[in-house]
Amino acid sequence: MEHLIELRDIYKIYPMGAEEVHALDGVSLTVDQGEFVAIVGQSGSGKSTAMNIIGCLDVPTSGTYRLGGVDVSTMDDDQQAEIRNKMLGFIFQQYNLIPKLTVQENVELPLLYAGVSPEERRERAIQSLERVGLAEKGRNLPSQLSGGQQQRVSIARALAGRPSVILADEPTGALDSRTGREVLSFLQKLNREGDTVILITHDNSIAVKARRIVRLQDGHIIYDGDAKDPRAVVRPGENGEEEAEA
Amino acid sequence: MNFTQAFKLAVTSLRTSKMRALLTMLGIIIGVGAVIVIISLGNGLTGMVEQQVEKVGVTQIYAYTWGMGDGSTGNITPDEMYAFTDSHPELFDGITPWVTGGQGVRSGSEEYKKTNIYGVSEAMYRPQTGTTLDGDRLEKGRYLQYVDIATRNSVCVVGAYVEQVILGGDAIGRTIAIGGVPYTVVGVLAQENDTLTEGGGDDQVFIPYPNAMSLSGTGYVSLYQLTATSRDAVAEAQALLLAFLQDFYHDEAGEQVYNWYYAQSMLDQVNQINALMGIAMAVLVAIAGISLLVGGIGIMNIMLVSVTERTREIGIRKSLGAKQRDIRRQFIIEAGTTSAIGGLLGIAFGCLLAVGIGTIFGGMLVQSMGASGITFNATPTLGAILVSFGVSVGIGVLFGYLPANKAARLNPIDALRYD
Repeated sequence: MEHLIELRDIYKIYPMGAEEVHALDGVSLTVDQGEFVAIVGQSGSGKSTAMNIIGCLDVPTSGTYRLGGVDVSTMDDDQQAEIRNKMLGFIFQQYNLIPKLTVQENVELPLLYAGVSPEERRERAIQSLERVGLAEKGRNLPSQLSGGQQQRVSIARALAGRPSVILADEPTGALDSRTGREVLSFLQKLNREGDTVILITHDNSIAVKARRIVRLQDGHIIYDGDAKDPRAVVRPGENGEEEAEA
Repeated sequence: MNFTQAFKLAVTSLRTSKMRALLTMLGIIIGVGAVIVIISLGNGLTGMVEQQVEKVGVTQIYAYTWGMGDGSTGNITPDEMYAFTDSHPELFDGITPWVTGGQGVRSGSEEYKKTNIYGVSEAMYRPQTGTTLDGDRLEKGRYLQYVDIATRNSVCVVGAYVEQVILGGDAIGRTIAIGGVPYTVVGVLAQENDTLTEGGGDDQVFIPYPNAMSLSGTGYVSLYQLTATSRDAVAEAQALLLAFLQDFYHDEAGEQVYNWYYAQSMLDQVNQINALMGIAMAVLVAIAGISLLVGGIGIMNIMLVSVTERTREIGIRKSLGAKQRDIRRQFIIEAGTTSAIGGLLGIAFGCLLAVGIGTIFGGMLVQSMGASGITFNATPTLGAILVSFGVSVGIGVLFGYLPANKAARLNPIDALRYD
C-alpha cells in the first residue's frame, strides 16, 4: 500500500567548520492517511530538520522522500512551493499571521497562491473560519485577537488549502496551558474528522495527545510506536546526558 | 497572485508609513515636477515665438541684392524681381522692394529732419491681418495700393508721431512735403511705442518705392521682402529665389559669385530659434533627469530596507506556497506603485508651478517685448504628462527589481526564523 509520507534513509548533513553535523542520520519513517503522529525530541535532536524536510521547506542531503507518491526530495524552490501550497498546511508556534492583512485575507493567502478565484477564496476562507469558530472575526486584524484566537486563525489558514497533511510546529509553545489544551483538542478533533496531523514538540505531555509518537535523538529515531506505550515517554539513558546538554 | 491584490497590498503598505513613503517619493516628485515645468515653460516660449512670427508673417523671405557693391553694373532691377515672382504665382503672393528714402519732411514752414522715409509696394500690407509685414497695424485710412505704385502717386502712410506731433491731429487728407513734393496722407499706422519720440519707431513715412528711389537717387534696390503663398511653400520659394539670384549674379567667366546676394526666410529664423530652444530644453530636462535617477535609487534603498523588515512575511508567504515570481512581482508592483504615485504628485506639482511661473514670468516677458496680442501660455502637453508618468513607473520597476529579486530568493526556513 502506498504511504502518504515515506522517508527512506534520510540524511541531512551540515558542514560546520572542518566537521560535519548529521542533523538527520539515516531516518526512515512512514505516515499513513488519517494518522496523528507526534515527533518528539530535545533541541538538537533533529526534529526541526525533520519538520523542514517533511514540510518541503528543505531538501535532504541524501535519501528519498515521497509525499503522496511523488518524490519531492530533489525538487527546486518553486516546485517545492507548489507542493507546500497543495499538500501541506502549516501551524507555527508564533502563529505567523501577516499583521497588515485582515484575518480573512490571511486565511485566503494559500488559495491566492493556488490561483483560486476571488469568490471561491472568500467562500472557502469563511468555511475554514467557521470550522475554528471565528467566522465573525474575518474583518479584524490579527493584532485585535487573543493568542489562542490567532492560533485558531492560523489553523483555519492551514485548513483552507485542503492539505493532505497538517504540520504543527510547537503549536502550543506561545500559549498558556488552558488555550494550549484547547488547540490540542482541536487538532485531535481534526484528526478524528479524517485529517492527517503531524505534531512536532519537545514536550512529552503534549506529545501523548497524539496517537503515535516518534522520538528522535541525535538524528536517529529511538522510538516509534503507540503514544500510550510507557516507553514512548521514558527515554533510554534517562536524564543524564540530555539534561547536561540543555 | 494577481495584480490587483499586489496593488492593494502596495497601497496598504504605503499608507501604513506615510512619512517614509513621501520621503521616498520626493526625488521622483521633484524630478517629474521639474521636467513638467521645463517643458511647460519651453512650450510657452515656443508658442510666443510662433505668435510673434504669425503676426509678422511666417511666409516672409528676404532677398538681399548687393550686386558688385558699386550699384552700377549687373544688378537686378525691381522689374526683373517682379517678373520673377509673377511667373511663380503658386509660390509667391507678393513682393515689396524696401528702399530707404532718406530723412526729413516739411509741414508748412517747420522742418523735421529725423523722420525716416521708406519706399515700399502695396505688398507690404496684409489685408487679412490688417497689419504691415513689420507687424504695424493700420489704424485708419488705407495703405498704399498697386495703382499708387504704378503711377508714382504722391501719397503716403505715416506713423503716429507724424500725425500727432508734426500734423497735430487727424492726418488723413492732409499733406506733408517730402523732397519738396507734397504728399497726401492716406493712412495712419497705430502707435508702436509708449512715448512718441523724434526719429523713433513712430516717426516714419511710407511712400511708393519708385518715388523713394528717385528721392535717394539710386537705380537699384538692395532689399526685397517677398511673401510666399503658404508656410509649406516657403522652402520651395526660397530655393527657387536662390536659384534665380545665382543664375543672375555671375562674373564674366560665368562663375557664380555668392556674396553678391543673400536670401533668408522668417521660417529659417524661427527654425533656428526653435532648434536652440530645443537644445536648451533638452539640457534642462537631462539635469532634471538626474533627480529622477536619484529618486529611483531612493526607492531601491527603501525597498531593500523593506525586504529586510519583511523577511518574516516573505517566509510566511513562501511557506504557504508563494513562488519566487509571486514574491518578485509583489515587490516590483510595490516599487512601481510608489514611484507612480510620486509621478502623479510630481505632475500635479509641476503643472501648478508651471502655471504660477507662467503667470508671473510670462506677463513680464510679454510686457518687455511690448508686443500686443501675444500671450504666454505655459501648459504642459498631454504627451509630456504621459511620458513623465511612464518614466516614473519605469524607474520604480527598474530600481525595484534588485530588491524584489533579493526577496524572491530568500530561503523560506531562514526567513521564517528571522525576527
